[in-house]
Amino acid sequence: MTDTLTHLDRLEAESIHIFREVVAEAERPVMLYSVGKDSSVMLHLARKAFYPSPPPFPMLHVASGWDFRDLIAHRDRTVRDYGLELIVAQNAEAEAQGINPFDTDSALYSEAQLTEPLKRALDAHGFDAAFGGGRRDEEKARAKERIFSFRNAAHRWDPKTQRPELWNLYNARKAKGESIRVFPISNWTELDIWQYIAREKIDIVPLYYSKPRPTVERDGLILVVDDERFRLAPGETPTLRPVRFRTLGCYPLTGATQSEAATTSRIIQEMLLATTSERQGRAIDKGQAASMEDKKQQGYF
Amino acid sequence: MDTPVMPPAAAAEDLIATDIEAYLDRHQTKSLLRFITCGSVDDGKSTLIGRLLYDSRMLFEDQLAALESDSRRHGTQGAEIDFALLVDGLAAEREQGITIDVAYRFFTTETRKFIVADTPGHEQYTRNMVTGASTADLAVILVDARKGVLTQTRRHSYLVHLLGIRHVVLAVNKMDLVGYDRAVFDRIVADYAVFAGSIGISGFTAIPISGFKGDNITSAPSANMPWYAGPSLVRHLETVEVDATAAEQRPFRLPVQWVNRPSHDFRGFAGLIAGGRVAVGDVVRVLPSGRTSRVARIVTMDGDLPHAVAGQSVTLVLTDEIDCSRGDVIAAADAPPEVSDQFEATLVWMAEAELVPGRAYVMKLGTQTVSATVQAPKYQINVNSLEHLAAKTLELNAIGVVQLSTDRRIVFEPYAESRTLGGFILIDRMTNATVAAGMLHFALRRAQNVHWQATDIGRDHHAACKNQKPAVIWLTGLSGAGKSTIANLVEKRLARMNRHTFLLDGDNVRHGLNRDLGFTEADRIENIRRVGEVARLMTDAGLIVITAFISPFRAEREMVRAMMEPGEFIEVFIDTPLAEAERRDVKGLYAKARAGQLKNFTGIDSPYEPPETPEIRIDTTRLGAEEAAELIVERLLDR
Repeated sequence: MTDTLTHLDRLEAESIHIFREVVAEAERPVMLYSVGKDSSVMLHLARKAFYPSPPPFPMLHVASGWDFRDLIAHRDRTVRDYGLELIVAQNAEAEAQGINPFDTDSALYSEAQLTEPLKRALDAHGFDAAFGGGRRDEEKARAKERIFSFRNAAHRWDPKTQRPELWNLYNARKAKGESIRVFPISNWTELDIWQYIAREKIDIVPLYYSKPRPTVERDGLILVVDDERFRLAPGETPTLRPVRFRTLGCYPLTGATQSEAATTSRIIQEMLLATTSERQGRAIDKGQAASMEDKKQQGYF
Repeated sequence: MDTPVMPPAAAAEDLIATDIEAYLDRHQTKSLLRFITCGSVDDGKSTLIGRLLYDSRMLFEDQLAALESDSRRHGTQGAEIDFALLVDGLAAEREQGITIDVAYRFFTTETRKFIVADTPGHEQYTRNMVTGASTADLAVILVDARKGVLTQTRRHSYLVHLLGIRHVVLAVNKMDLVGYDRAVFDRIVADYAVFAGSIGISGFTAIPISGFKGDNITSAPSANMPWYAGPSLVRHLETVEVDATAAEQRPFRLPVQWVNRPSHDFRGFAGLIAGGRVAVGDVVRVLPSGRTSRVARIVTMDGDLPHAVAGQSVTLVLTDEIDCSRGDVIAAADAPPEVSDQFEATLVWMAEAELVPGRAYVMKLGTQTVSATVQAPKYQINVNSLEHLAAKTLELNAIGVVQLSTDRRIVFEPYAESRTLGGFILIDRMTNATVAAGMLHFALRRAQNVHWQATDIGRDHHAACKNQKPAVIWLTGLSGAGKSTIANLVEKRLARMNRHTFLLDGDNVRHGLNRDLGFTEADRIENIRRVGEVARLMTDAGLIVITAFISPFRAEREMVRAMMEPGEFIEVFIDTPLAEAERRDVKGLYAKARAGQLKNFTGIDSPYEPPETPEIRIDTTRLGAEEAAELIVERLLDR
């Protein structure tokens, strides 16, 4: 007998199951909405899980103030179209403290702009479960993380005390102050994500598609000059190049890829023939191989 | 690099480059297989997985570069690429050179996507393998061709069979190191067949491979083994039937996860179909209530479906307004699953803290969450020799057969028939840790034949006659905290108000009902369980029950709370510091305990777990006994 369900059907069903389990068992869930492609897939799955009800939890966007303008526009449009509740977390003091993507050390920058505001927002709203878009294929440390990942009151992850996850049974019980990070798309790969975006015609931020954009090249990264705050070196002038992004972070730190791919299938084609993996574009993940694990232990998603 | 590399699927590459749309169309119809690899570090397991990822082009150049530099730093293959480094994960483990947890890897071929659970072969990590095996459709059991079937091969096979994996592959690895000798392969296969048959594995597929050199991995036969007539490992993985497809042939089962109620005119039951198929118009039965209805709609965001199958997450709307909530199972009306509260099961213990027979654990099965008590194991199974051993408890990584009872009837199927309705986990109430995985085998006759007899005069009637709301006022605290004194005063006050009460005192109960019990942890648990049952009967009779027991463990107090109707259990923490109770020492017990004449004395050599959120807390250093009693009565009557 041939298989009735395709791999995307099965992945979709598993993710929906996870969303529903959390909503049935957690008191105050929230979805970490980075507005990237993985978040867009997550949101699509969440809408499917609870249809015809809207997703019964708010979206939390950790904004650094250095986000791409297209990304913010896409976020606001999505929230409006689907009638979602949006919470924006931002480190208001960062600017006064002189923290910016140009001068601040990348580890300190991500701590101040991403990890800290995230932890603060989770605490302030009393969220006890947060959906995140982490995938096990992204990095070796993620490959071993559970779908339900527990954080102590200080939001730290302890890889030694993970609970075993059997069948599709998830133990969502926790003590006061503890919270769960839940990764509904753990078992998806980057290729699955793109195939699903194509199949479901999911609207994603246009930055993923190639377009001539004003760019400069620095330390091997192609950076897009997204607004007038971008500091140009003396004599440096932005050049128009057809580029797209494989991952979206703070614009002065996120490298673009030179590409002509302006449709989802072209992107998949490029990816299949590509030679560099996704996280290379993110300056934050560089460094020693185990750096992601260190960050997770500190509370980074 | 010297390692022979399988050429990437050149045809696919061409199609990607020339006609991406055609390629994507083809890949939309891929299916999904989950499998587990079992073997030790020495069997070349990580190397095999690394090879599968490598050959299916799931590695990018930067990852390869990292791999090459890692190979030089930590590698065990000299100048060659050490594929094992691709899959060995967390930093500490990488230093030790072993995998110590379950990791999930992904690769894809032209027809299937694969999720690989990579689990260690280390003796102490039974729990990780059981975890990885629980979701697998297939197991690859690796054997080193030089060593043949070892104790650990048997252990892994037993666990694979226990967890109900339907497809077993015996991968005889490192054939390159035995000169690709057919006789070696045949001997190992014959050895394994005898063992597999003895534990009930009805069939397996044996493949001679070299993960390191790449023989019989993606294509077969390899030039080195022309005598091999079977499929390559990947080819076999691409063609076996996945569990979800097999599950479609079974009767329909939908464990209800969540009730979707966006408005008054919509009530949908959301869940993942565990078995069978369902179509609009089908007659279904909701369990455990047994009420029947028809499927009115199968709702998804992409529009209503005419039918749906196992493995799909759907929302059902029924034609009738029947009672159905999370934990219920919607099933084929003519082939419903069983309902029971007493079972025989196999448990795999997964926590450092051993099983406490008699203690109530939280049990999750499907979408049902109940309280379950495990009796002392009938026997423990030695996973190496498969002998049955006598056991009083189960320790980390131990496997045993037990009887367990749940506080209410649950919907289940034997694990051999349904992983979803037969597999469960036990959770410790205090630490919230997942302490065991279990597989239900059958319901015990006791539960089948002893039915709950419905009586015409119910508890509401009893209470109405007495013109009061029944309750259990549960006093807990250290020995000498003042429980009995306060309990006595509470009862006197209530008696003056013409309330019908009964005081169950710890010492008194031990003279009769519980005189067979001592003070070990297990006996203390049983003591509280019996008192809870008696208190429950008394509240059914309409009484206000006052109890005075040390009841040191949170889990047991929560067990008693769960026996009562919501709101009837009033936990009162008589909070007296240990130093103060010991100073009072009314019965001289602390002195004896300190002198070593009394064992297991709470507060001295046995723990007391104070309530976290008691209904009432009495600080006896600030409140006298009379005032305490007054406060308790006031709160009781205010309910």
